Amino acid sequence: MVRINVNGEERQVDVPEDMPLLWVLRDELNMTGTKFGCGIAQCGACTVHVDGTPTRACQTPVSMLTPDSKITTIEGVKGKAAQAVQAAWQKLDVVQCGYCQSGQIMSAIALLTDNQNPTDQDIDAAMDGNVCRCATYVRIRAAIKDAAQTMRA
Amino acid sequence: MLHHLIRHAAQNGFGEHGFPESGFAPGPLSAPSRRGFLKAIGVGAGALVIGAHLPMPALAAEAAPKIVGPADPRPHAFIIVAPDNTVTVLAKHLDKGQGIVTGLATIAAEELDADWSQVRGAFAPADQKLYANHFFGVQGTGGSTAVANSWDELRMAGAAARAMLVAAAAARWKVPAGEVTVSKGVVRHAASNRSLTFGELAEEAAKLPVPQQVKLKDKKDYVLIGKPDLHRLDHVSKTNGTAIFAMDIRRPGQVTAVLARSPRFGGTVKSVDDAAARKVPGVIDVVSLPVGVAVIAKNTWAAIKGREALTVTWDDAKAETRGTDAMLADYRKAAEKPGDVAAAKGDAEKAIADAKAKGGHVVEGEFVFPYLAHAPMEPLNAVVALNPEGGCTIWAGSQFQTVEQMVAAHILGCKPEQVKIETQWAGGSFGRRATPSADYIAEAVMIAKAYPKAPVHLVWTREDDIKGGRYRPLVLHKITAAVDAKGDLVGWKQRIVGQSFMAGTPFEAVMVKNGVDATMVEGASDMAYPVANLAVDAHTVASPVTTLWWRSVGHTHTAYAKEVMIDRLAKAAGKDPVAFRMEMLRDHPRLAGVLKLAAEKAGWGQPLPQGKGRGVAVHESFNTYVAHVADVSVDAKGQIKVDRVVVAVDCGEVVNPDIVKAQMEGGAGWGIGHALRDEITMTDGKVDQANFDSYLPMRMSDMPAVEVHIVPSHERPTGAGEPGVPTVAPAVANAVFSVTGQPLQTLPFSRGGIVS
Repeated sequence: MVRINVNGEERQVDVPEDMPLLWVLRDELNMTGTKFGCGIAQCGACTVHVDGTPTRACQTPVSMLTPDSKITTIEGVKGKAAQAVQAAWQKLDVVQCGYCQSGQIMSAIALLTDNQNPTDQDIDAAMDGNVCRCATYVRIRAAIKDAAQTMRA
Repeated sequence: MLHHLIRHAAQNGFGEHGFPESGFAPGPLSAPSRRGFLKAIGVGAGALVIGAHLPMPALAAEAAPKIVGPADPRPHAFIIVAPDNTVTVLAKHLDKGQGIVTGLATIAAEELDADWSQVRGAFAPADQKLYANHFFGVQGTGGSTAVANSWDELRMAGAAARAMLVAAAAARWKVPAGEVTVSKGVVRHAASNRSLTFGELAEEAAKLPVPQQVKLKDKKDYVLIGKPDLHRLDHVSKTNGTAIFAMDIRRPGQVTAVLARSPRFGGTVKSVDDAAARKVPGVIDVVSLPVGVAVIAKNTWAAIKGREALTVTWDDAKAETRGTDAMLADYRKAAEKPGDVAAAKGDAEKAIADAKAKGGHVVEGEFVFPYLAHAPMEPLNAVVALNPEGGCTIWAGSQFQTVEQMVAAHILGCKPEQVKIETQWAGGSFGRRATPSADYIAEAVMIAKAYPKAPVHLVWTREDDIKGGRYRPLVLHKITAAVDAKGDLVGWKQRIVGQSFMAGTPFEAVMVKNGVDATMVEGASDMAYPVANLAVDAHTVASPVTTLWWRSVGHTHTAYAKEVMIDRLAKAAGKDPVAFRMEMLRDHPRLAGVLKLAAEKAGWGQPLPQGKGRGVAVHESFNTYVAHVADVSVDAKGQIKVDRVVVAVDCGEVVNPDIVKAQMEGGAGWGIGHALRDEITMTDGKVDQANFDSYLPMRMSDMPAVEVHIVPSHERPTGAGEPGVPTVAPAVANAVFSVTGQPLQTLPFSRGGIVS
């Protein structure tokens, strides 16, 4: 049995230790908001927060986590940055297919939690690990700036 | 183009190459189970469906030339007004990000005079009779046809439903229907100051006859169509993780399967040693199928680990064993000889020779376009459960429902109507989810048949996707063209070599004429520039490597080759690239219109700093007209960056301008992203790329600013999903050409060392 803390709740799962957090979330806990895109930490669709740090769940074996590691998924995000980001995403209709957007939003929340006035270079650096095949990048950039403005206000 | 062939297939059945005759039932499919369906979309068993009891009018697409679709309104197929006052519009087209659920709902809601806040979208069930794409004859999405195809049908459905609500209110109030008005989802009688919601009238309205004639709104009265700030219906669920894709379907007892496929295209299973795989914790079963070896497990991770532990020996007797370099060498050899004629006008050979002899200029170009994967963000997957009463239920981002029903029925030995499809939001497609063989759906159904104990979720990994074929074909173009001494384009000779993805499918009879696959030469054989002497021919080469339409299909390469050649010819003629095109597009007002608009908005003709370049391209695809102007920087080391793209688009009447804008933004990213670095190559028949570490997607830092300008129009609406792609890469190439003088004729650009 492995004990993990997801969105503030302790969960016990009976899985092999090498199983990545991604599959624990999706297949064991039925939390499907976190997506499988590449499996090798190249697309960011599986981005969650572990103790606030954006983390690729597909390359995080559950054995790397402790029961104290605070895992936050798209289903459990809250707070000022999360609200501002999700509101900006909705205001600007960022999404197209939407499959990558959980990961995009998790990365954007982490960026804005640390930096409420990101430059274009900051946005490139924080978001280059998140692939969007629909290429919604123009709106992601605009939404991050919009959310940053909301947070500064 | 596409619609001709699919309609043909639907009417005549699929031949020897497609679905064996025993599995094909050309007759109408049964109506869906409405009760189950209403429950599935969450409006509850008490919902009332306007017109649900009425018999279906016959499809009459051919008999009604002025409209697309049946001549009479069919609100019952598309609109559900529930007692909770929601209006659900059923989308018969797949939404894979292009926003069609929103677009279709907008069209119906406009005529219904619904309030946007009460409008919902849902995917229609699989039912060829109710939901065929009128251009295809089968239920399916593609070719940027969805709005054009549903425009009349949904306006009439909305207007009919509105008329029924009005009639119900008039009857209840005992007033003339002419005194009843509808606005924002409220039905009113002003004189007596009475009003009712749609929900309050649904039950009574459902008992009334569907009007056979309806009056559609004047465009000037539109309140939803064309509105710039109407939000997408999926913009909340796709930002909080609640939108459900096929990948997220979890049925009781569901197992996960991954499939080991031949590493070479055309290879087959020779022998399997599954002993180690079966020992992997969580692995339930291993089954050998004609398409590969499936590992079935409790969860995805176990299935992946189980597959890694498999030892499969493959028989390569019929497999492709060449690398892409060898294939290209064979293409060049083929191009030395004339191909099958796709267009012949005047005498191109003579015109080019004459121009050369009389002070004109001849320009030659060889263009190489690589194989490209679609790589939608959601890897291909489907859940299949066998139904106790026979047939099965499929949960998938289904793009070709009728085809999938027929293929599944053939595999299971049931009737197509026993195959139910629960279409889900699709995490991208770009053409990949619509295959003439329903490839990944077929795999999932085969596995479910072999393992009938539980619902089976077939998951493709990203590696399966990148190595899995159905690529945009590898294509070679050789073009020789000439301007005369006055600088007029006088001759154009073009030879195209590539694979046909229509050959060997049910669509061949319609799409391949005189040996030429129309999708290989579209955009070339019908070139808009009025050259008096035009010769376009094509060689169709065969390979077990599977190929497929890929966002904007043949135009992905034909528009590129054409527009890059046009810039080289303009330069040879000493003419400005925009002016050269404008003088040739005098008889093409809509092409000229987008070219002029893009050039104006981009500031064409203004001087640029050192190291900056500006390029243009214009093209028609899928009845939509698009021009791009691209601005690039070229640094001291010759590395390029795309700074800005200005797009002008004319797609007729625009249903949702913000979604058209989004499609142009995304189309620009798609076109540039692949031009920069993407290619699928093979060594000895094995794909060299595996994942996003080697098939390199466009990322945030590559993305230029994109400005979109839409030409106001009341022409019939056309599509926006694909037409934003073809002209962006040649515009970038022409911008680089304007700085370096080097035409970019081998894709991707990284091959020329100008992109890191």
